[in-house]
Amino acid sequence: MNSGNVLFRLVKDRLFGAGIILLSFGMLVPLFLILIYITRNGISAINWEFLVRLPKPVGEMGGGISNALVGTVILVGLASIFSIPLGIATGVFLSEYRKGRLAYVVRLCAEVLQGIPSIVIGIIAYSWIVISMGKFTALSGGVALGIMMLPVVVRTTEETLKLIPDSLREASLALGVPYYQTIVRVILPAALGGITTGILLSIARIAGETAPLLFTAFGNPFMETSILKPVNSLPLLIFNYATSPYQEWHTLAWGASFVLIVMVLVLNVLAKVVTARWKVKF
Amino acid sequence: MESEVLKVEKFGAYFGDTQILKYINLSIPENMVTAIMGPSGCGKTTLIRCVNRMHELITGARVEGRILLCGEDVYKTNPILVRRKVGMVFQKPNPFPTMSIYDNVIAGYKLNGIRLGRGELDRIVEESLQRAALWDEVKDSVHRKGTFLSGGQQQRLCIARALAMNPEVLLLDEPTSALDPKATSRIEELIIELKEYVTIVLVTHNIAQAARVSDLTAFLYLGELVEFGPSEKLFTVPEDKRTEEYLTGKFG
Repeated sequence: MNSGNVLFRLVKDRLFGAGIILLSFGMLVPLFLILIYITRNGISAINWEFLVRLPKPVGEMGGGISNALVGTVILVGLASIFSIPLGIATGVFLSEYRKGRLAYVVRLCAEVLQGIPSIVIGIIAYSWIVISMGKFTALSGGVALGIMMLPVVVRTTEETLKLIPDSLREASLALGVPYYQTIVRVILPAALGGITTGILLSIARIAGETAPLLFTAFGNPFMETSILKPVNSLPLLIFNYATSPYQEWHTLAWGASFVLIVMVLVLNVLAKVVTARWKVKF
Repeated sequence: MESEVLKVEKFGAYFGDTQILKYINLSIPENMVTAIMGPSGCGKTTLIRCVNRMHELITGARVEGRILLCGEDVYKTNPILVRRKVGMVFQKPNPFPTMSIYDNVIAGYKLNGIRLGRGELDRIVEESLQRAALWDEVKDSVHRKGTFLSGGQQQRLCIARALAMNPEVLLLDEPTSALDPKATSRIEELIIELKEYVTIVLVTHNIAQAARVSDLTAFLYLGELVEFGPSEKLFTVPEDKRTEEYLTGKFG
């Protein structure tokens, strides 16, 4: 082997490394473009009034998005109430009975559920709940979002539990601790960080969902806190205002987009913090 | 022999169709250290896991014969009750990662929902840690997480956790295989001290360790109990040819 050959290889090596780094930076470009664009258009709409006031009729200046903020919190809360207990229980089942036939089917169902387009889930919630109740409700929107959230909670719970060593379970069982107590008081606490992270990320995901809410929560220009009435939400408000012909509503939509993006970012950062802080060392 | 705490009678264990243990008969006397020794895969770990019925947690596992703990057949008792009377320490230290040292020691009480007063708990924690020779090292930090301790300390914490339940028998499954030589000798000293309080069954593939700490030794080979007797005799004038070959390093 001559030295020219080695040099050529070294150059190739460097080029490859540089290429990877360059492309990784390329990945950041869309995110930053979105952030900059939304901040530039939305930041001017943001002030205290914007967060605590209701939208104003067309033609009047000002107005806020307080109803959408409250609505989003209600919808996400409902979705969490439906999907977190069910999702964690299913995740525990999948990790405990890994090889069973039922586990295989349940896991497959969770995967399929994750792949169902959100608009379809919206239609299902519409035909199940909205039609049978005869009205648009926050409840139906919460169910639709809960169905979207469920597979994510199931998967993260299962994946987190899989990482917990069997020796921990044995330590508990060998002390004469019953099986269910071992799960609830030894295994789940050790997995709490991972499960919480999964829940936060899934909330970040559904907080921006619009399609399943179009014919469930429906939207509402007024403040509404009853789960049996239609409510507004940030993505619905953005959708309605951005497609309107009025300039001032466009500004509100930009402002709401900015708020939504900040919410999602905060949830993601929070998830990172939880992962780092609640890390369990085995 | 003195009163026996543990009696294994015509005992066999299987995983599916594979027979792991064949017709084992063994009497383990009180307040002594009994070593179960043999090459990898001879069934020694399976044997002690059958004593506290941890063997059956694996699907396809089954057993035949009897194991008597203080005269009671463990296979006719609820496994949860058996495991409360039999302490177990595993190959790798496995303290509960979410609990403090204090809570680890009393985990057997807390997780089983046995309520005790603060004073009583404090007493159990101190006594158990002292017996496990860990008290002096951790007495100022009992409310820190157990996983901050070194490997050897973690293993002694696991011993304290088992001792806290006042078991009849303490099963040690190769307790030093994940530890360095210094921590190992610390645990070995501890085993000898502990037989004052509890009957100990020690599984080991380390011949020297069995010789150093045990009063009685059982040699297991291919699922068969080859020889069982006072350690002194078994290590100096073994009766069976296979024992002699194992001790002289011809196999295993």
